[in-house]
Amino acid sequence: MVDFPLLSLMTYLPLVGVFFIAMIQGDDVVKARNAKYAALYTSLFVFLLSLLMLSRFEPGNPDFQFVEKADWFGNLGISYHMGVDGISLFFIVLSAFLLPICILTSWRSITSRVKEYMIAFLVLETFMIGTFSALDAMLFYVFFEGVLIPMFLIIGVWGGPRRVYSSFKFFLYTLLGSVLMLVALLTLYTQVGTMDILELMENPVARNLQIWLFLAFFASFAVKMPMWPVHTWLPDAHVEAPTAGSVILAGVLLKMGGYGFLRFSIPMFPEATEFFTPMIFWLSVVAIIYTSLIALVQEDMKKLIAYSSVAHMGFVTLGLFTATVEGMQGGIFQMISHGLISAALFLCVGVIYDRLHTRDISQYGGIVRNMPRYATIFMIFMLASVGLPGTSGFVGEFLALLGAFQANTAVAAFAATGVILGAAYMLYLYRRVVFGPVTNNEAAAMPDVDYREMMIFIPIIALVIWLGVQPGYVLERTEPAVKQIISNYNAALVNASGPAEITSPVIEEDF
Amino acid sequence: MDYLAVFLPLIAFLIAGCFGREIGDKAVQFVTCAGVIVSAICSVFLFFKVGVGQAPYTLTLAEWVHTGGLSVDWALKMDTLTVVMMCVINIVSACVHVYSIGYMAHDKHKSRFMAYLSLFTFAMLMLVTSDNLLQLFFGWEGVGLASYLLIGFWNTKHSANAAAIKAFVVNRVGDFGLALGMMACFVVFGSISFDVIFEAAPDQAGRVLEFFGFEIHALTLICLLLFIGAMGKSAQLGLHTWLPDAMEGPTPVSALIHAATMVTAGVFLVARFSPVFEFAPIALMVVCIVGAVTAFVAATIGMTQFDIKRVIAYSTMSQLGYMFFALGVSAYGAAVFHLMTHAFFKALLFLGAGSVIHAMSDEQDMRNMGGLWRKIPFTYAFMWIGGLALAGIPLFAGYYSKDMILEAAYADNSWFGTMAFWFGIAAAFMTAFYTWRLILMTFHGKSRASKNVQDHVHESPRIMLVPLCVLAIGAIFAGMAFYTPFVSGTHHEEGGAHAEISHEAGTETHASGLLPGSEDFWGDALFILEGNDTVTAAHNVDLWVKLAPLVVGLIGIGLAYLIYMFKEGIAGGFKKLFKPVYLLFLNKWYFDELYNQVFTKNTFRLGNVFWKKGDKAVIDGLGPDGVSKISRRGGSLLSKFQAGLVYQYAFVMMLGVIGIVTWLFIRLKGW
Repeated sequence: MVDFPLLSLMTYLPLVGVFFIAMIQGDDVVKARNAKYAALYTSLFVFLLSLLMLSRFEPGNPDFQFVEKADWFGNLGISYHMGVDGISLFFIVLSAFLLPICILTSWRSITSRVKEYMIAFLVLETFMIGTFSALDAMLFYVFFEGVLIPMFLIIGVWGGPRRVYSSFKFFLYTLLGSVLMLVALLTLYTQVGTMDILELMENPVARNLQIWLFLAFFASFAVKMPMWPVHTWLPDAHVEAPTAGSVILAGVLLKMGGYGFLRFSIPMFPEATEFFTPMIFWLSVVAIIYTSLIALVQEDMKKLIAYSSVAHMGFVTLGLFTATVEGMQGGIFQMISHGLISAALFLCVGVIYDRLHTRDISQYGGIVRNMPRYATIFMIFMLASVGLPGTSGFVGEFLALLGAFQANTAVAAFAATGVILGAAYMLYLYRRVVFGPVTNNEAAAMPDVDYREMMIFIPIIALVIWLGVQPGYVLERTEPAVKQIISNYNAALVNASGPAEITSPVIEEDF
Repeated sequence: MDYLAVFLPLIAFLIAGCFGREIGDKAVQFVTCAGVIVSAICSVFLFFKVGVGQAPYTLTLAEWVHTGGLSVDWALKMDTLTVVMMCVINIVSACVHVYSIGYMAHDKHKSRFMAYLSLFTFAMLMLVTSDNLLQLFFGWEGVGLASYLLIGFWNTKHSANAAAIKAFVVNRVGDFGLALGMMACFVVFGSISFDVIFEAAPDQAGRVLEFFGFEIHALTLICLLLFIGAMGKSAQLGLHTWLPDAMEGPTPVSALIHAATMVTAGVFLVARFSPVFEFAPIALMVVCIVGAVTAFVAATIGMTQFDIKRVIAYSTMSQLGYMFFALGVSAYGAAVFHLMTHAFFKALLFLGAGSVIHAMSDEQDMRNMGGLWRKIPFTYAFMWIGGLALAGIPLFAGYYSKDMILEAAYADNSWFGTMAFWFGIAAAFMTAFYTWRLILMTFHGKSRASKNVQDHVHESPRIMLVPLCVLAIGAIFAGMAFYTPFVSGTHHEEGGAHAEISHEAGTETHASGLLPGSEDFWGDALFILEGNDTVTAAHNVDLWVKLAPLVVGLIGIGLAYLIYMFKEGIAGGFKKLFKPVYLLFLNKWYFDELYNQVFTKNTFRLGNVFWKKGDKAVIDGLGPDGVSKISRRGGSLLSKFQAGLVYQYAFVMMLGVIGIVTWLFIRLKGW
């Protein structure tokens, strides 16, 4: 354990960076350069801190660690409460890992308002890390919603031609969910009298209320995931966002939904979870098949990968709600793995977008000749996305399906067809972009990836393969927390079924 | 030794893949060839140590996935089945590696090619050495990847890319079955480790599993799901369409992956799971029927093709069918025996065909060949050896294994076994016919090539002929040499005919003193219920059953001589006479057309419908776009406020939320 408030330090350090960047003066070139370096060093330092946290984390301990607690709203039951368990640990590290990559990848492609751009990303980092480490529902809500603002700006200011439409669509969808979640949170607060997540988990509310609250939270998390049918904001947001925005969006923001399910929905509303599990299974299956089929017919690279993200998130929701250790572990692992793989895929698109300034697949073709290194990198991530064993993509997908098979064989069988379709659309994309005859002379003249770009990709490749061959490092750290969630969940269901015999007639009268 | 045999190809791949550009083509060729050759030598040692010496063992390398009830390690399981596969893989792979140096001499991407070959070899070794289903799946997909990369090796060719994707996706359909089978295993046995599964299989024989709302016999379900995987990898009818197209890859690839090793992974899988299949008679029946039909259908197509590689590809598919129906009648030893002999003679035929193609300046159409035998005599001789082995002529390898399979099918005494026997006899006739059709069209008659090509015809360099020589030795002797250990039959105590056979086998063992009888040789690697021991029973079938394959084979060869050598006009007459049948065969029973219409087109159509109608019209139309339209209309009414859209949405939403909450307040007690 560390004796200084590591989590708070990591959360607010980016804001210190923001402060310095805001102070930068001088002509535009100097300002841009200094802002980039300041942002890069800040984010790298946060990443180092996250590694420190990783090394100090006790793997076998299911409880929260690095806990900080301070009064916030006095005796109102709202406090400043931070801490991590095995589940949130890797999301924090993932956020801290992807941010320097985002800054590096924007090094040349962002030319206007560089200072503000860097500020937006650092603020985003604060909110992301805060979201994953908050143990007070109010605090969580502040961070969770806060993420929207810089993301909205990143898409809206530095995005493509239809950025306004996209950013509003993004904002609206997520706001819809958020408002409902806020209402649910307040309801919960008036019921239990505290905003502390740990206490909320221990004091489940009545079944009927659980069902309503579950739906309200679900509205928020399902949009964030995104689950079918509230996914349509994602392709538009991705298409218009700058590369780094897509990376963070796919890499971290989508995981907030899954994290929310794990932190709120499943532990706080066990009975409602059980009630809604079949619905979520089928929504996941629809998401997997439906969006995979859509991905197959896309002409826009980013849209294709965005749709594939929805399909991959379908495996996550499927795994999380199986209430089996394998499935839940698979869901979490899939989120982490997808955070790396989809981020890398968007980076891959970014590399050629920076050169040719189009995302239209038909404008490319045959670039393996002039960009052999790029072809190799893209191939690795394409295969990881397809879930080839030996890459991290396989472990998550397989565990999630394994959990699903135990819960419902038909669901698992349908979901597994996504593996076939996934291979089809990714290989088809790769073939059209990288292989085949040259159709566009400009594409054939693009230079191969340079040193800076290699430095971005190599760590991600190493992680994807390492997690594929030795997933134990993650799995053994997430397992205690997952087991605790499941045992609490099962205990709550047993408890509920006991007195339910007495209370259920009353409830039926009531409805 | 075991580490070397498995990991040298990986090391070679990494060196070739990461530093190929730095160290140059020559060094890459040396490293990869040396790696695989040493592996091959090691696996021969392992064969004697583990197989002949009957000392199976398992090495655990590292942890892989441990979570919940699932615990899977990286491991090397060494038993007879594994070492046999390792020998086949490494020996053929070594031959192909060396051969490729000559074959790919004019290609710009030699080092990439060699790296992929080594990657394939490693993945295949992981597949056969695994002691659990997950590592098997790793190898399974790994060989699929290598196959994809190698089929699409000439990646500027449109057809090569299409074939590569087709191979990967069709294989994925099979993998889908395999993955589900693996999950079913986990549910039934609580583990996906072979030892646990095989030990518990007899106890679970009565269990049922709920699948799609049906109660299904658990082991049958598992076996059928696994078999779907095997069908995909081994190109059995239904999931076979990728194999002929895979001939787009360079010929050494066809020899290694699409004839000798990868496509036999399905056979390996079923043989490995013999302790489970034995308790699922319905699954065995399905395996047998699919295998028999595949053997027959593929042979009919093989008779009509003109691309020299496609003829051999359909022949491979047909021979895989033989292996499967052997598995289906519980003649696992015979299936693996045929797997091994087939690996040698089919790789020989493919590399021989490669040598022809090399000589003919990349011409593959047999209609443009002819009269080559004087110009490339070595290749001609090797093709004869391969052909004799394939047709099942005595003393050559194929004779022993194929006859054993047919006899076992006959001895099974079931309707599907007998059906398989007759289909197999018919296929044996066609096999002999199309093999000699190939040889005669290619090497005899007048040359039909253009002048320019004819001038360039040349015998292949020595580096290509030496591997052919090694394979030819295998194609001649593998059958004779390994007959006793693979299929000599089992020792039974009941006496009668069985005892006689095993006695005979026993004396053979002692006489040769080298190799053990099949019961000892296989040990625990294969499991056969006592009533299903068709290999032993096959030794006692009627004489006509033993002679039938040879007779039809000779007739097939004779007919081919008649049509393609002595009376050249006859072929056309046959075509006219049986036009509908001929067209059916020529068009490969229209599988590609059917799949294209039913699956490919509809998938894309559905994708477009979901995208344009589902996402754009319905979801966006009712959702954000619809709301924005309504609120814009509302907004013009409320234009005095001049509020931004966001606030209006937020306002509308807040109203909704308040409504819901109010409702909650009213409905719920205590509020």
